[in-house]
Amino acid sequence: MTDSLLEDLRDLAEPAPATLAERVVDSWVQVPGPLGDVYAVVGARGVRLLRPAAYAGELGTFLEDYRARHGRPVRPAARPPRGLLPALRGTGPGPALDLDALTPFARDVLAVTARIPSGQTRPYGWVAREAGHPRAVRAVGTVLARNPVPLLVPCHRVVRGDGDVGQYLSGRADKVALLEDEGVDLPRLAEFAAAGTRLIGSDTTGIVCLPTCHHARRITTAHRHGFPSLDRARAAGYRPCRDCRP
Amino acid sequence: MADDEQLRTALVEDLDAGFEAVVRTHGDVVHAVARRTAERPADAEDLAAEAFLRAYRAMRGYDAARIERLDLRPWLLTILLNTARNDRRDAARRPRTDGAADPPDRASPAPGPAERAEATDLGDRLAALLAELPVAQRTAVVLRHVVDLPVAEVAAVLACSEGTARSHAARGLAALRARLTASTPGETS
Repeated sequence: MTDSLLEDLRDLAEPAPATLAERVVDSWVQVPGPLGDVYAVVGARGVRLLRPAAYAGELGTFLEDYRARHGRPVRPAARPPRGLLPALRGTGPGPALDLDALTPFARDVLAVTARIPSGQTRPYGWVAREAGHPRAVRAVGTVLARNPVPLLVPCHRVVRGDGDVGQYLSGRADKVALLEDEGVDLPRLAEFAAAGTRLIGSDTTGIVCLPTCHHARRITTAHRHGFPSLDRARAAGYRPCRDCRP
Repeated sequence: MADDEQLRTALVEDLDAGFEAVVRTHGDVVHAVARRTAERPADAEDLAAEAFLRAYRAMRGYDAARIERLDLRPWLLTILLNTARNDRRDAARRPRTDGAADPPDRASPAPGPAERAEATDLGDRLAALLAELPVAQRTAVVLRHVVDLPVAEVAAVLACSEGTARSHAARGLAALRARLTASTPGETS
């Protein structure tokens, strides 16, 4: 027993899992996005940060800023993570994301935002309500302004309650360009907003939608009725759409 | 695998590339000690990763001369043990709310006395007994005998003299021998 104890103790030294190095060292890629190249930093659990290169500046500055802010080493990746390129082309559901560093509220806001379909917009107040905090409209704006993974979580689809496009991480012009690329009819939305119309109803179905909902876009002019609020639509006998949940 | 001289040169040249090499070279030792220090086996990799990240953050503030003087393995293990101590203190101060605490409908993964008595695998039994040693003895045994460090490095990590390190390890071993015999009634070797 006496000699074997030392051997048995040495047997307790289990080797590290192969994943340890990638848990510690993140990797970066530079890939094309809808508005030019983007930088992405990827950890073992998914994409941790994505920034348009034009906004983030030189690669070296971006990486040094990442190291300083997050205190994590970052090395070139052998290849982009699965799903990143299709998501940036708008043809896939997107890569895994690592949002563990965020607060639960911020994660909820991003999860709600991630469900907004391409070509549609939702007001900040809608995101706040869907995230379970209807009064936290301003806080939603703050979370989205700091979205670590824009484009992958489409914060450009969240607009002001009065119909204005609102602000964006890399500037309002980028937000307009992204929405136009997705086929959002911004002049038409501006007309609705100017007329005080927040919701669109169809008198054939009795259903009322947000203006960019794919159901609302099918309503012909003859059957279309605009409403300034859900209460007014309800008073007129309409029920809210189950898809866009106005 | 690179030796520490090459690693230090790599770190000075390119901290991040060098650091990846450090993780690949010293990952096994750091993880093995984390495995014997973490209260739950599932936490060992987290603990090892957290210790490496703390080491990286410290190194970002070091100049080349300081990096060239670093004795990497004992330095990393010192950070690991400090990280484990801080984690335990934090865990004691506030209950976990992230759902990572043991669910009430499942037995704790740390073996209790009953499981220990039943554990037929010598490795499991030894690990459980090791976990019960006073912390200085346990750490000395883990460093000296599980990951096979020279006494000088054990002393550096424990911040004590080599004589004290030796005596912690020896007393730990003696306690393990005594308890192994006591916990296997009817078995003589």
